[in-house]
Amino acid sequence: MRDRSFAPSRILIYLAVSLVAAAWLAPLVVVVLNSLRSNEEIAQASMIGWPRQWAWSNYAAAWSGFCVAETCAGIRPYMLNSALVTIPATIFSTMLGAIAGYAVSLWRFRGDNWIYGIVTLGLFLPQQMRLLPWTIVLRDIGLINTLTGLVLIHTIQGLSFTTLFCRNYYVAIPHELIRAARIDGAGFFRIFWRIILPLSGPILIVTVIWQFTHIWNEFLYGVTFTTGQQQPVTAALIALSAAVADIPQHGVQSAAVIIAALPTLLIYLLGGKYFVRGLTAGAVK
Amino acid sequence: MTDAVLTRPGRSAATELVRRLPEYLLIWVPLLLSAAHLVSFALWTIWISFTPSTLVPVAGWVGLRNYTAVTASRNWQIAFDNLLLFGSAFVLLSAATGLILAILLDQRIRGENLLRSIFLYPLAVSFVVTGTVWSWLLNPGLGIQKLVHDLGWTSFKFDWLIDRDMAIWTIVIAAIWQSSGFAMALFLAGLRSVDADIIKAAQIDGAGPVRIYRRIILPSLWPITVTVVVIQLQFAISTFDLVRALTNGGPGIATQLPALVVYDLMFQRSLLGRGAAAAVLMLLILLTVLLPYAAWRYVQRRRAAHA
Repeated sequence: MRDRSFAPSRILIYLAVSLVAAAWLAPLVVVVLNSLRSNEEIAQASMIGWPRQWAWSNYAAAWSGFCVAETCAGIRPYMLNSALVTIPATIFSTMLGAIAGYAVSLWRFRGDNWIYGIVTLGLFLPQQMRLLPWTIVLRDIGLINTLTGLVLIHTIQGLSFTTLFCRNYYVAIPHELIRAARIDGAGFFRIFWRIILPLSGPILIVTVIWQFTHIWNEFLYGVTFTTGQQQPVTAALIALSAAVADIPQHGVQSAAVIIAALPTLLIYLLGGKYFVRGLTAGAVK
Repeated sequence: MTDAVLTRPGRSAATELVRRLPEYLLIWVPLLLSAAHLVSFALWTIWISFTPSTLVPVAGWVGLRNYTAVTASRNWQIAFDNLLLFGSAFVLLSAATGLILAILLDQRIRGENLLRSIFLYPLAVSFVVTGTVWSWLLNPGLGIQKLVHDLGWTSFKFDWLIDRDMAIWTIVIAAIWQSSGFAMALFLAGLRSVDADIIKAAQIDGAGPVRIYRRIILPSLWPITVTVVVIQLQFAISTFDLVRALTNGGPGIATQLPALVVYDLMFQRSLLGRGAAAAVLMLLILLTVLLPYAAWRYVQRRRAAHA
């Protein structure tokens, strides 16, 4: 059943997977091609076609030209917003999650199981249950419609994932290692720096990729808690499609979509193995 | 090992506390904030769902009035029916697609890594992006139907996006495309962990590949199948971005889903009490999936511990 001969059945297998792979790639190919066709060309034909002339100018227009509402600065300010939310929130939630996971797994303290159990409930509690409270909290501390507010939300909510990832990784570290270090007089942070952190490479990569992808792609909080110039790129894309609904600019819109998807796609291409590990680690929660 | 050994002589409890303050702060503040926000936010939303709050939260008690108002609304009823249809169709089809892909990839084929990357890449992209792209492809005047018309087959019809009865299926298509790769990844891990000796023994006994799959491999996959189904259901119940970008609930309210109803009530109609009630209903729907799953996991673990 697992031979490498060229039986007809094997040709069928290759044919089947190739067809599915083509279908899976088709949307990406269509958008990439459209991002290089002029708006007029797409309007005359359909969304699916080969560029007659390579309209590289779509990318310039998408990056810094087109208008959403009254501002004509392209997608650039929103990409910057997304970066200013995603990068700090990813760093904070990963660092705090690593320390919390380390404390919960290797330094037993009173109530650790309880608090860890509650924190992991965050994986399941729907965002809709938190929308109103966050609105009020952000308004009270003056962070509504700010990027800092989104960083705060994603840091606190990301802790559920990052603590879980790191805790599950650290429980496999032999306790004798910690005990020996404690007898030598090493404290909480010294053990973390000297012993735990050097062992944490893989799990930190998994956690960073997971957090970055999720926060970059997040939409509901972005659209609820920010407006106009403060919006992350996912919310801006929706605003863009609404803004150009009367006179569609599909070439420019396609370029904007590609630009918005590029950061997470690049991370996926570079760290695919770790991305998949995060997916399956999140699944066995 | 007791703390007495670790505490060096001559240090009072107070200086010890001060010395350890940074570590206590770094451990406890984030964990407590996370736990406290989850519990208090959930309780607060539940409380609001029993108050007459509209534009702003107000105290008061209206019993189940918000709930009955939500469940009696046409918006919610359509959203709930859609969720049943979308949830079951999407979960079954994406699990089936993922399983078939995993079995095909498990046949020691060349280029397995490349193919796996292709089936998984949609998961790295936001639903806003994929929803937008699918809204172009499925738009009859713009996408697949237009292409086929331009090629000469002018009677070809594929206009589910603007068809009230079929529009929900466009969301099923996009969701399957986006997340079958996830099911595939889990199933593939499961296939790779089947005991090779058992398969060899069956082969020696003369069992063919079909028989081996039906009798040995597929039965061993069912715990993974349960996990896949639960996770995909959890995704289906909270689907928001994808619909927002693909159909925005339309045509009309034909592709309404619970998450959109919550958003609409809370932020477009400013009916906070009803919005909170709809959010709690979403949580209850989720719990009907998660609680049996948690119970099942508990039984499985106990059995594994006893074995």
